[in-house]
Amino acid sequence: MHLALFLIFGALCVAGALNLLLQRHPINSALSLIVVMSSLAVLYLLLGAEFLAAAQVIVYAGAIMVLFTFVIMLLNAGREERTRGSKMAYVIGFPGAAVLLALLAYVFISHSGDFHRVHVGEYVVSTAALSGVLFRDLLLPFEVTSILILIAILGAVALARKEH
Amino acid sequence: MVPISWYLILSAILFSIGVAAFLIKRNIITVFMSIELMLNAVNLTFVAFAQQWHMVSGQIFVFFVMVVAAAEAAVGLAIIIAVFRARSTLNVDQIDLMKL
Repeated sequence: MHLALFLIFGALCVAGALNLLLQRHPINSALSLIVVMSSLAVLYLLLGAEFLAAAQVIVYAGAIMVLFTFVIMLLNAGREERTRGSKMAYVIGFPGAAVLLALLAYVFISHSGDFHRVHVGEYVVSTAALSGVLFRDLLLPFEVTSILILIAILGAVALARKEH
Repeated sequence: MVPISWYLILSAILFSIGVAAFLIKRNIITVFMSIELMLNAVNLTFVAFAQQWHMVSGQIFVFFVMVVAAAEAAVGLAIIIAVFRARSTLNVDQIDLMKL
C-alpha cells in the first residue's frame, strides 16, 4: 500500500516537474507545479509529517500558486519565444542538470545501506509536538519570521505600487 | 515499506529538473517557479531525514523554509510586476541592465 502510494505520487511529482520544464506557456507550468506540490503533500503524510502536509496544501499549493497564477494573468504573459540565449542554455543546462542528478543519485545509492525503511505510522510528528518545539525552544525565530512576513508585505506593496 | 533513499532520489530528480528549468526557461515567471520547485525538493529531503533520525528539527526547518518562500514569492512577484511596467517584457534575455 505504502509502496503503491509512493510510486503513484512520486510519478505524479516527476511528471508535473517535467511538464513544467516542457510547457511553453507559463500558466501551464504553474498548473503543473500545483500538481507537484499537492503530490508532495501526500508524500509528507507518508513520511509522518501531518502538519507540514496541511501547510504544504494551504501555503504552497494554495497561497503561493494563487499569487503566481494571478500575476501571470495580470501581466497577460504569452508563450515564451526561443532566443539565441535559450540555445546556449539548452547546451549547458541539460548536461549540467544531468551531472547534478548523477552525482546526487550516486551519493544516495552508495549510502543506501545506512537508511531505514519507512513504516507508515511508526514515527508521526503530531502538530502538538511540532508546536511544542516551535513555541518553546524556537520562540524568538518564530517571532522574527512574523516580522519578516510583515516587511515582505510592505515591500511588495511598495514595489508594485504605481509611481506618480 | 519504502527505503528513505528512494525519497531522497525522488527529491534529487525534482531538484535537477528545477535546475534545468531555471537555466532553460526564458520567461521570468517560469524561472521563479523553478526556484519554488527546487525549494520543494529540498523540503522533501528535510522531511525524509527527519523520518530517518526521528527528529522534529527537520520538520521545523521545512516550516521556516515555507515561511521564507511565501515572503520571497510576494516580494519577487512585486519585483516582476515593477520590471514588466518598466520594460514591458518578461523575457530574461531582454532584462539584462540593472537600472530601470
